[in-house]
Parts: sequence; C-alpha cells; structure tokens
Amino acid sequence: MRIGKLLILLVALLVAYGILITVAELPPYGMPDNPVHNQVSERYINEAVEDTGVLNMVTAIVLDYRAYDTMFETIVLFTATLAVVITLKTSKREESGK
Amino acid sequence: MHFVAVDYWIMILLFILVVASLAMYFIKDLVHAVIVYGAYSLTMALIWLQMNTPDLAITEAAAGICMTVLMMVVIFRTSRREE
Amino acid sequence: MRDFILKRVAAIILPFICTYGFYVILHGHVSPGGSFAGGIIVGLSFIAFSTIYGIEKGRARLPETVLTWTESFGTLWYGIMGMVGITKGAPFLANKLAGIDLGVPGTLSSGGLISLIGLGVGIRVASTIVTLFFTMMEEKS
Repeated sequence: MRIGKLLILLVALLVAYGILITVAELPPYGMPDNPVHNQVSERYINEAVEDTGVLNMVTAIVLDYRAYDTMFETIVLFTATLAVVITLKTSKREESGK
Repeated sequence: MHFVAVDYWIMILLFILVVASLAMYFIKDLVHAVIVYGAYSLTMALIWLQMNTPDLAITEAAAGICMTVLMMVVIFRTSRREE
Repeated sequence: MRDFILKRVAAIILPFICTYGFYVILHGHVSPGGSFAGGIIVGLSFIAFSTIYGIEKGRARLPETVLTWTESFGTLWYGIMGMVGITKGAPFLANKLAGIDLGVPGTLSSGGLISLIGLGVGIRVASTIVTLFFTMMEEKS
C-alpha cells in the first residue's frame, strides 16, 4: 500500500518533469520568427478583410474560411441537447399515468 | 536558449490559477468547489485579456458563469452536497 | 428566492443584459465577441429570470414549442445559408465566390452572409442553454 503510493508519486513527478522540459523547449512567446507564423497565418492577416469584408479576423476564420467546422460544431451542440432531453425529460403523459 | 521578460501580472494570475484548481480537488463541499470554479474561470478570462485575445476572454467569462449556474442547479436538484 | 429587492433589481437590469447579448451577436464581425459568447449571454439572462421569478413564470415566457422550433431551425438555418451559394453556382457555404455584396468593412451591414449565419448560431446557442436549464430543473428525481 505504502510502496504503491510512493510509486504513483514517482510516476507523477516523472510526467511533470517531462512536461516541464517540453515547456522549456518551446519557442518564446510573441516572437516574430516563431514557427507558427507561416504562410497560412500570413495569408489570413493580409487578405481576410478583402476576402470577407469583416474586420474581426476571428469571425472571418470561424464563419467563412472554416465554415464547415462551425456547422458541424452546431450539429454537435444539437446532438448533445437532444441526448440530455431524451435522458432527463419526463413527459406529461407518463406523469399522469402513474 | 533565451528568455523573454514575462509580464509579472501573468505570473501572479497563473499562481492563482494553480491554487484554485488544487483547491477544487481538495474541497469536500460541492457548492464551495463550484464557487471556486467561478474564481478559476474569472482568472482564466483575465489571462486571456493579458494575452490580447478579447474574444476568448468574453467567451470564457460567459461560459464559466453558465457552467457555474448549471452545476449548482444539478447539485441542488440531486440534494447531495457532500461528496 | 422570493426577495423583493432582488426582483426589482432584476426587472431593471435583465432587459439590458438581454439587449447586450444581441449587441454582441450582431456586432460579432466588427468588434470582439461573436455568436457563441453573445448566445450564452442571451441564454443567461433568461436563466437568471427563471431563477429569480420562479420556474413557472420562465416557462410561461418561453414555452416548450418555441424552444423546440428555435433549437431545430437554428441548425437548419446554417444549411439554408449554405444553399445560397449553391443557387448562385458557387460551392456550398460560399460567401465572396457567390457574388454577394460584401459592403464597406467596419459597418454593420458588411460581411455578406456572415452576420446572418452568426445570428442563427447565436439564437441556437441561447436556446441550447435554456433548454438544458429547464430540463435539469424540471427533472423528477
């Protein structure tokens, strides 16, 4: 029992060490020569207003460039609500019957 | 490897974030844990605001409050406060 | 939750919260915010109303049929807006390719289909949250 808990602590510390090493190796925040700033984000920043006529670039990406993504996101929301209603709803007919 | 001068506000906010998420694990009363979750999501919204993403800040604040209310409703409906 | 002061303060403040939610939805393409955040704010105003004034009065304001229709048509509205591109000979969900007038960037009427899609998604998110709340409150445990 005691040894098992020590083993769990050791594994947790090892995982934390690995994660912290990975964080230390990340490129610094907000630098212009980071690998995230490639041609994709360059194209979005330069041509979003011309392509969509929208000033807020997040809305331009969510509702125009990646519109399929948002569409299936709303379908996922619909399915989740449907599951909750089917599971928890007690209908009027069933209530009066009992 | 070189470091950027990190804003000290983000350091303080991240510390509050770690403390709040540890407190959510250790608190026994579920209603108190939900209130601490509200503080967690407010801190997260402030961090997003510090990192210049107001979109995520608004969404985080609204969704955090919404989740707090819904979890409180579930706790009071099932009438099981202590875990 | 039958406090007099709480009821009067809520009666003053809740219409403004609801209006602010619709403002965030409709200005999602000009200022920060968007349909998801605005929809959650609109839904929270209804949730606060039915928490303070009682679940029956909240149900009287938003009957089950209204919630069901908004829930279904919010999802369908996205598909209908996508079909606009097909009727003009462009791909599904096309905006600029379909030849829609984009307007002047920065004004409320800019963006073509984007503001219409955002309005549908916002109303859909609001009805989702209100439906979840009502279903959980009326559950017979």
